[in-house]
Order: sequence, then C-alpha cells, then structure tokens
Amino acid sequence: MMNFAKNNFIWIILVAVFLVLPHVFSQSFALSLMTQMAIAMIFALSYNMLLGQVGLLSFGHAVYYGLGAFFTAHLINWIASGVIWMPISLVPIFGGLCGMFFGFIIGVITTRRPGTPFAMISLGIAEMVAASALMFTAFFGGEAGIDTNRTAGGPLMGVSLSSQIQVYYLVVSWCIFSIIGMYAITRTPLGRMANAVRDNPERAKFLGYNPTRVRWMSMTLAGFFAGLAGSLYIINYEIVTFETLGILESGRVVLMAFIGGIGHFWGPIIGAILVTFLQSALSNYTEAWLLYFGLLFLVIIMFSPGGIAGLIAKHEPVMRANLLGRLVPSYAVVAATGAAMLLGFVSIIEMIYHVESAISGREPMNLFGVIIDPSSSVNSWLVVLFLFVVGTTFFIKSTRIVGKAWEDLGPDLQSKGLL
Amino acid sequence: MITSAIKLSRVTKNFGQTEIIKGIDLEIRDGERHAIIGPNGAGKSTLFNLISGRFPVTSGSIELSGEDITEMDPQSINRKGLSRSFQITNIFPKMSVYENVRCAVLWGLGYKYSFWHRVDGLTDASERTEEIVELIGLKDLRARIAGVLTYAEQRALEIGVTIAGGARVILLDEPTAGMSLTERNDAVDLVRKVTEGKTLVMVEHDMSVVFGLADRISVLVYGQVIATGKPSEIQENSAVQEAYLGTEQK
Ligand SMILES: Nc1ncnc2c1ncn2[C@@H]1O[C@H](COP(=O)(O)OP(=O)(O)OP(=O)(O)O)[C@@H](O)[C@H]1O
Ligand SMILES: [Mg+2]
Repeated sequence: MMNFAKNNFIWIILVAVFLVLPHVFSQSFALSLMTQMAIAMIFALSYNMLLGQVGLLSFGHAVYYGLGAFFTAHLINWIASGVIWMPISLVPIFGGLCGMFFGFIIGVITTRRPGTPFAMISLGIAEMVAASALMFTAFFGGEAGIDTNRTAGGPLMGVSLSSQIQVYYLVVSWCIFSIIGMYAITRTPLGRMANAVRDNPERAKFLGYNPTRVRWMSMTLAGFFAGLAGSLYIINYEIVTFETLGILESGRVVLMAFIGGIGHFWGPIIGAILVTFLQSALSNYTEAWLLYFGLLFLVIIMFSPGGIAGLIAKHEPVMRANLLGRLVPSYAVVAATGAAMLLGFVSIIEMIYHVESAISGREPMNLFGVIIDPSSSVNSWLVVLFLFVVGTTFFIKSTRIVGKAWEDLGPDLQSKGLL
Repeated sequence: MITSAIKLSRVTKNFGQTEIIKGIDLEIRDGERHAIIGPNGAGKSTLFNLISGRFPVTSGSIELSGEDITEMDPQSINRKGLSRSFQITNIFPKMSVYENVRCAVLWGLGYKYSFWHRVDGLTDASERTEEIVELIGLKDLRARIAGVLTYAEQRALEIGVTIAGGARVILLDEPTAGMSLTERNDAVDLVRKVTEGKTLVMVEHDMSVVFGLADRISVLVYGQVIATGKPSEIQENSAVQEAYLGTEQK
C-alpha cells in the first residue's frame, strides 16, 4: 500500500512537470528540445524493457523506432491524400503496432539465443535493415527520406498540430501513456518473469515458463513502444531518413540506457533527458561535444556501473537514515577538485581545437568569458595545464575522502537496519 | 492396481563415451516417499536431470502418471505436475524471498505470460506466496534479497520455490546436505510438511534422514539400481551392505 501511494505520487509529479515545463521554458528552442526528450524517454524505456528487464543487449533497437517512423510517415501521407481518414493524434498507435509486428517477427529468430549471439544478431539485423533502407527507395525515400505534413489531417477537437506547443502536448500525452504502460508491464506476471528469466533462465523452466517465450513477448512489447516513439518522431520532425533506423541511432539508445542506469525503471528517463540535452544544447556551444559525451559515458561506466539512477538509489538508505549531511563535506571537496579538473580538461581541448581550426586559429578566443590568445600566449597554456594536473591530483585524493565518508556511515546504517 | 507416479523403463544416459546411467527400471508409486541413495557420482542427480527434462535420455522411456514425458522439455514436464529442486541451490539470487516464491506460484495459478494482470493485485497469488513463505520459515525475511540469505535459509527457499507451484510429484536433490544437526532436523520437518499427500522422490546421503522419512528406498550404484524396497529390506540386503551401507558405517 505504501508503495502504491508513493508510485502514484510520482506519476502526479511527472504529469505536473510535463504540463508546467512549457510555461517555464517557453522559447521555441526549449520547447522542441523538451519534445525530443519526451520521445527519447519512450525510446530509451522501451530499450530497457529488453536490456534492464529481460537481460537482452540489443544493438539494433532503432530498427523498430525507425520502421515505426517510416510506416507512420506513409500513413500520414495517405491521410493527407484522403486515401484513409484517421486523426493524426492517434497515428502513434499505428506506429506502435508496426514496431510490435517487427519485434514479433525478428524476435522469433533472435530470442532463442540470449547473450552474445543475441547482441550480434541484433547488430546484423540492424545493418541489414539500414542497408535495405537505402536500396528500396520507393518506401524509404533513399538519402532524402520521406517527408510528411502533420497538419494534413485537419484539426481534431481544436488540435491542428500547427504549432510546436501542440506537438509538445501531443508527444507528452503519449509519453505519459507509455511510461505508465511500461511501468505497469513490469508489475505483471510477464514483467516479474522477465526479471526471473534475466537472472536465472534455467530455473524459470522448472517453474513452467519457457524463457524464450518470455524474451520474445518482451521483445514484441518493446517493439510496440519503440514504434510508437518513432511515430512521434515523424510527427515532430515531419521528415524521416534512413539514419533514424541506423546503427548510430541504435547506439544512442544504448548510451541513454547505460548513462541513466539500466537497473532501475526510471534510469533511462534520466539518460534520455541528459543525452538529448547534451546532444542538442552542447552542440550549440562547442564542436567538441561528442568528445565530452564520450567522456561522460566512460566516467559513468567506470565509476557508477549502475548509471545515474544507481548513484541516486545508493543514497536512498542514507537519506532515510538522515545521514546525508555526513556525506556533504566530502562531496563538496570532490565537486571542487572535479570542477578544477574538468575546467582544465575542457580548456585544453577547446584551446587545441581553436588553434587547430584554420579560420580562427590565429585570433584570440573566448574561453569561459576570458579572452585569451592560445596561439601566442604560452602562459595561458601553462595556467590550464596547471589547473588540470593539480585538479586531477586532488580529485583522485578526494575520491578517497568520499570512500572514507561512506565507510564511516556503514556502522550507523547497519544499526538502523538499512544496509 | 497401484498407479505409478513415475515409471522409468530401460533408461540410459551417456555423456560422450561414458555411460553414466546404465539401463534403469524404476517405479515410483503414487503418494509414496521414495529415497534414492548411493555413493558420490553414482548418477543420482543425473537421474533427476533426466526425469525433469533437463537432459535428454540416450535411450529408454519415462512416464509421469502414465503419460510419456521422455521427449518433453522441462517447462512442459513442470506443467504436467512435476517439480524439482537442485543439489546446488538454484534460485533467483537478485530477487527477494517473496518474489522468488511468487514467481514459482504464477504458472500454477494460470497467469502464465499475462501482461494485463497487476501482480500485486492477484490475491490468490499473494495468499499462496504468503503461505509458502510462512511454511518455509522465512516470513521475517520475506523482503530480503535471496542471494544474501544463509545457506540453510537458501535451501529452505529452494524447497519453497520447488513446491510453490503445487506440483503433485516433487523431486528433492539432497535437501539437507551440508547442514548442522538442528538445521537438518528443521529441513526434515519441512520436507515432511510440504510433501504431505504428494509423491516425493528424494536424493539423500544422511541415513537417519532416509530411514526416518522414506517409505521405500532405491540404491543406485554406478548408474544401476541394485535394490529397491522398504527401509528394513534395504538394511538387510547383502548387496547393498557390500556396495554402500558397509562403507558408510565404517
Ligand atoms: N553434464 C555432464 N556432463 C558430463 N558428465 C556429467 C554431467 N553431469 C554429470 N556427469 C557425470 O556423471 C556422473 C554422475 O554424476 P551425478 O551428479 O549424477 O552423481 P550423483 O550421484 O548425484 O553424485 P553426488 O552424490 O556427488 O551428488 C559423474 O561422474 C559426473 O561427473
Ligand atoms: Mg548429486
């Protein structure tokens, strides 16, 4: 009962946040970023239905996403040309069914052999689908892709999808539906057995369950939500190309899941927000954003294999014991040294990048508000190098302080029965 | 006519070139408690693996309540009403005690692969799970992650998971091995309780447990059943004394 109330509380917060956000960030840039985030959330959660819930590492999840987008694109064009009638707001169901269909078909082949074979086959299928997308131009539109007009269906109950805010609310409605739906599935017999199969498929057999069947059904359901996300993608962008079902897109969802954390239902939500943000926002400020992005991934995999969600969850018992305060000083130290290290690192990268660039290489640059000229001033290099080296040294030392703080908490947590 | 719960006819099993099970004929009667004893490496666990469908037989046939199950996969055999435990604890280590047991009750209650029932709302599943968790004495530890339980607790959970689905025929592979005396007594009581009114086949090394619990005993030596009978008959059987009990009593 406690859990139930707590969960509902979370859903209410979620809906409220989605509703309020456009009023806080009303610029069109922010609005379209938030729309992308909501789509990415569905996509990442659907991916985690496989990886986190049933233990299938897929490198080809964008296949369902992309195919959902392509089929929906054609559906919208049919609606536009009057072949069939359907409100555009409801086409995501169609995209979902397409994704589901392909999850079902591809799942027959792939779910028999979990582990490395599954991962490899998923990669092979992704390659295959991406290659066919370039070959069958009538359906996939070749390099140019397929474009649509989301307003073609005409307004439904005042929703014409002619403005970004309307698209945002449509996407968010489907996002809430999907999050709740996917969460609900984890709390069903199939969802529970998915975890059982993930942890010990052999034992599940002796309880009457066919592990292959559990994986296959999970894949079919995950396909539905991926396809649905793909539909929202085409509604949002009004164009889809072969890249949407390609390996890069499949890789992006792996990153979202891992960075957010695959061990918790809401982990991929965090990952989707962060990755989409970094991709969109960071790329406006620096050309080297992919590099920072890779670094973030590396750091997370190395220091917190459970992702950000794992990091947060680790603090839950400490919070309940009211001992969070005892960690704060050590965290402050780490934050300071980490910031110095990061500042040094980013400066070095940006300065190298600036000097290397042929156009602006000989001119001064604006580095965090300071105007410097890296091509002539040796001192500027010495300063950032010093910052980086000293920052790194103290950062490594200070991680030990954090370790110590956690160790000291141990007995107290144990005595409160929270460990 | 006495119906048999399990019937093996001329069952053999080879691993590569080695014949591990060498033509076993064995009948487990409906409702009896049947112990299988024998030295290490005799093939007791292998026999369980064959009956429960974990490994295919090399030749011969196996029947469950008159139905041929020789070629069936483990899940189908389980659905026919046979459930087994493992010599090496085989549970869901990352799930709680409660979740472990609940996973084991779901199929038997008909929920199968449902993704439209809310599992916390299934009163029959919750009640059955609570019942089993209480029965195996882990009520206070119901929320604990199975992987961190003590050995004896894990063994109790293993039994709980095995019987939770409501199977009529239960195979237990060394349920008391590696336990202290008090733990063993608890385990014997548990086995007795949970197999009330069912057919039990149990591999066991401890003779006091065997003679205290079993209606009949089969002795397996080097892949062959050298004797089957009541405990008193087995005790008096000279071949058994030579091959097994004699060495045990030294
Ligand atoms: N999967 C397998 N592959 C190859 N050989 C196996 C396999 N399983 C068991 N064996 C061999 O079969 C023989 C019988 O093993 P089994 O585990 O059935 O013995 P057991 O009677 O249960 O012994 P214990 O009392 O030690 O549990 C052993 O020699 C073992 O090495
Ligand atoms: Mg054995």
